Amino acid sequence: MTEPHPAPPPPPVDPAADLADGGWHRLHPATPLLRGGLALVAILGIIIANLRERVIELVFGGQGSPGDPVDEIVERGLVPLALLVIAVLLALFIGGFYLSWRMHTFRITDELVEVRSGILFRTHRKARLDRIQGINIVRPLFARLFGAARLEITGAGNDSNVQLAYLSGVRADALRRDILTLAAGGRVTAPAAPAAPASGVIEQRVAEFIAPELDPALAEPESVVKMHPGRLIASTVLNSSTVIFVVLVIGAFVAVALSAEFYFIFGAVPLLFGLGSYLVNRIVKSLRYTIAGTPDGVRVGYGLLSTSNETLPPGRIHSISITQQLLWRPADWWEVKVNRAGKSSAQGAAGQQNTTILPVGSRAEVFKVLELVLPGLVDEQTRQIIAEGLGKGTPDDGYTTSPRRGAVLRWFSWRRNGFALRPDAVVLRRGAIWRELVVVPAARMQSVSIDQGPLDRALRLAGVHVHTVAGPISARLGALDTEDAARFFRDLAQTAVAAAAADRTHRWRSGGATA
Amino acid sequence: MTDDTVPAASPSVRLDPVPGQWRRVSPKYIVVDLVGNLIGGVVVTVGSGLPWFFSQIPWMLVFPIVIGVVSLVTLCLTPRRVRAIGYMLREDDLLFRRGIMFLRFAAVPYGRMQLVDINRGPLARAVGLSELKLVTAAAASNITIPGLPAEEAEQLRDHLVELAESRRAGL
Repeated sequence: MTEPHPAPPPPPVDPAADLADGGWHRLHPATPLLRGGLALVAILGIIIANLRERVIELVFGGQGSPGDPVDEIVERGLVPLALLVIAVLLALFIGGFYLSWRMHTFRITDELVEVRSGILFRTHRKARLDRIQGINIVRPLFARLFGAARLEITGAGNDSNVQLAYLSGVRADALRRDILTLAAGGRVTAPAAPAAPASGVIEQRVAEFIAPELDPALAEPESVVKMHPGRLIASTVLNSSTVIFVVLVIGAFVAVALSAEFYFIFGAVPLLFGLGSYLVNRIVKSLRYTIAGTPDGVRVGYGLLSTSNETLPPGRIHSISITQQLLWRPADWWEVKVNRAGKSSAQGAAGQQNTTILPVGSRAEVFKVLELVLPGLVDEQTRQIIAEGLGKGTPDDGYTTSPRRGAVLRWFSWRRNGFALRPDAVVLRRGAIWRELVVVPAARMQSVSIDQGPLDRALRLAGVHVHTVAGPISARLGALDTEDAARFFRDLAQTAVAAAAADRTHRWRSGGATA
Repeated sequence: MTDDTVPAASPSVRLDPVPGQWRRVSPKYIVVDLVGNLIGGVVVTVGSGLPWFFSQIPWMLVFPIVIGVVSLVTLCLTPRRVRAIGYMLREDDLLFRRGIMFLRFAAVPYGRMQLVDINRGPLARAVGLSELKLVTAAAASNITIPGLPAEEAEQLRDHLVELAESRRAGL
């Protein structure tokens, strides 16, 4: 990767040129400032803060402390030299930033995305477009002031992401659309004419800030799931960790009231602050949460000040879990998480990993999200199965559940603990108090296993495990009848092979052609 | 599911999802596993005896005794455990089974294999055996077939890689 490269061709003259035209391009000119320049500003601030006393002493004629480096320099007549050193350091800094910006180029071809960077240690990274697991556009608050955005292309595995930081915001959106079109096996059409820019820079920024999180032209309105702020706040407050927090705080106050010893207050105050900042953080980060179906996959966006939105192409979701905490049951709220092969470096909404794609939603929204992340999978019958799976569990709801003797191992949940096999997916249902439903698309599962320990054997039970890529969801189900488990294993092994052979999501727009 | 009778020691109690001809590993692997278990058992037993040795508190003798007995039982069951390891090459996937007390069956479609490893420990090399490891995108798949004669292991690897190539699927 360190072989010498020909000098990069001159930068595009036309700033509105299409970034995905196959030529080499540079990043946003403010990149050095956004990436490393903040540190420089901070150092300058510290120096100025320290010199403030010197300035005051100069004006009012105070006594300098002995051994002060600035005094030493002045006394020895080294002022010109010191100024020179500072100037050289500054020039090196700025020159280095400029050079690293100049040397950082990228290009997008029909097959690959390539990034070259580094001054002394050159890095050249190529990533295949059809291996993309998702594209994330992050706009931190500071970068938004400059109208810049960070584009991150996630691949499967560790350290396989390609970051383009920073691009101008509008072009980042266009670039993502083009990359996804290329990855899907399509052709990049002529770039759409950009919206007429607002007259001034400031007005443009303001317009960007107040623009809706999701461009209405991007997705059909009926495919959009939005989060109601009231529900977001209520669900956050009704979280079990919040309840524990509140109990601790109340306990501290009760201790103060009973013992009249005020030092308990010192325990309670930080707890209160902790609770408050946790709640505010979680809520602010998840505000303006939207999930929408676009032609190139499901788009998840959120954030009030720092925004982030990620597009996951079809077939990149390896398993889905729908869970419900006990406190959420009266309101019928559910949380949807996914397992995916790529890991974005940016954190998701509410500081969670990007694996939570619906922090809280009603039953109807869960189905909408399911339709978005598993297009074509949720037919009427599967929908019925999943709807039953969210319920209490009745004997004839399509699930094969644990036998009565399974209650020895699953005290409360043996009636719910079960599975349903569909030609295109396997559905596992677990838990009576914390309800959970795991859906694994058969085309994405890696392998399947069943196991039986001594206790299981004494009860004629066995457990099953559907293996998917690593993530928060473990598709495991225990305490099933031996015969049922064996049948599950036989059927799923066949289903998996058939589904993988029929899978065409690899190049999702080009129909049958696969690499 | 409505069957609520008391578990009986019938043949159906044992998990056997795919009856058929399983290919077994080489009996020579019993020796390898025995020696490995013996060394491991002695080391762990001696290690757990150290607290007693230094403190001379009588009840601490429980640890080495319990661990020693467990190791001994494991050692005695080694031949049966090795005989229980098996694999089967089906048309589209590989089946693997293992264990007598803790049974495990796994099925890996050929198209899901990301790579196939051959490992040889010093003991296994001495008797000409290799270990075949299948890696998929899921860490939980975890399939290792030990005790294959070196030649058979290499043939199997080439065969598997070829099959994986012809049935290649995405992630």
